[in-house]
Amino acid sequence: MIYLKLIWSYLKIGLFGFGGGYAMLALIEREIVGPGWITEQMFTDIVAISQMTPGPIGINSATYIGYVAPGESSATFSNPIFGILGSLVCTLVVVLPSFFLTTYTSHFITKHKESALVKGVFTGLRPVVVGLIASAAMLLMNSANFGAVSYDIIASIIICIAAFCVVFFTKIHPILVIVLAGVAGLFIF
Amino acid sequence: MMNNICFQLFITFFKIGAFTFGGGWAMISIIEKEIVDKHHWLAKDEFLDQLAVAQSLPGILAVNISVAVGDRLKGMKGSVSAALGTILPSFLIILTIAIFLTPDLIKNNEILSKIFKGIRPGVVALIIAPVITSAKAAKIGWKTVAIPIVVALLIWSKLPVVSNPILYIVLGGIGGYFWYRRQLERTRELKGKEVEK
Repeated sequence: MIYLKLIWSYLKIGLFGFGGGYAMLALIEREIVGPGWITEQMFTDIVAISQMTPGPIGINSATYIGYVAPGESSATFSNPIFGILGSLVCTLVVVLPSFFLTTYTSHFITKHKESALVKGVFTGLRPVVVGLIASAAMLLMNSANFGAVSYDIIASIIICIAAFCVVFFTKIHPILVIVLAGVAGLFIF
Repeated sequence: MMNNICFQLFITFFKIGAFTFGGGWAMISIIEKEIVDKHHWLAKDEFLDQLAVAQSLPGILAVNISVAVGDRLKGMKGSVSAALGTILPSFLIILTIAIFLTPDLIKNNEILSKIFKGIRPGVVALIIAPVITSAKAAKIGWKTVAIPIVVALLIWSKLPVVSNPILYIVLGGIGGYFWYRRQLERTRELKGKEVEK
């Protein structure tokens, strides 16, 4: 049953999603793209759409993936009703751990924020989070996103490097970078 | 009166959810303005305590902070109102997009497929940038640089078991705890020696 699998995956994503949206992408990649519920391209498109719409990437991707995955998994679920149900399920499940953890542990963390346990755990998580974000970027550098023929690959690499330079060295908003990359795509491909 | 605060929490977080682009960190400063400066629901240091909790926990930062603030003000009802406010705008916007901008439409429409072919490598660039900024923030140096590299390569390898990100989150937490405890013991030993002198 696709819904049960989605619930299980999103519980894991909500429960182990340390380090913010980008680090969470590594988990989503493994849980959702890995089993083939959505394609690599759809995953990248969701990230792009999340960046261009308000709200956290974790919610945006849960809503989108929940809508698309049932239809992709089997033709019986191609009716939009099943998609809306999937959206609801994924979005609720991904925030569920937040509810319980925040309500029941906030007292403990506030009280022990200077303790070896709390400080040590978060010191240890920091370099791991950097690795998670790097792995998300590396996993997305594939033929689904950069093309399979040499012209596409070279053009994609140029767009990627140019976009990186703009994001990293200027204060231009990421939304504008995505728009510009789209316009470039329209003329190059 | 109680319902009134819950409703206000919902409306406040709904506005934040609907108008903030860029996720967690962009939202925090606006949440702080609304909660601390405008509505005076929490004092600044109280808010910072809640933020520390929200940051420490897994999950979506904006949801964590809205649950923490809502819970602090009105318990369970408050946290549900605040979290719903944060989630609902994203949910409705993305659902609308998902219904109309289907993967088949992107694939089969020539103009859309060209636009997305350009967008995809651009998105990858947007994820490379935070690798560097987060490495700086985590103060990654020569001693610790191996950790993110090994973690990234193993996850990327897609090998069974070792490519599971959860493994490294658990190991990082446990390892961090023992490392920190050893650091504390060392500083204690050093202090002890100084006292002997």
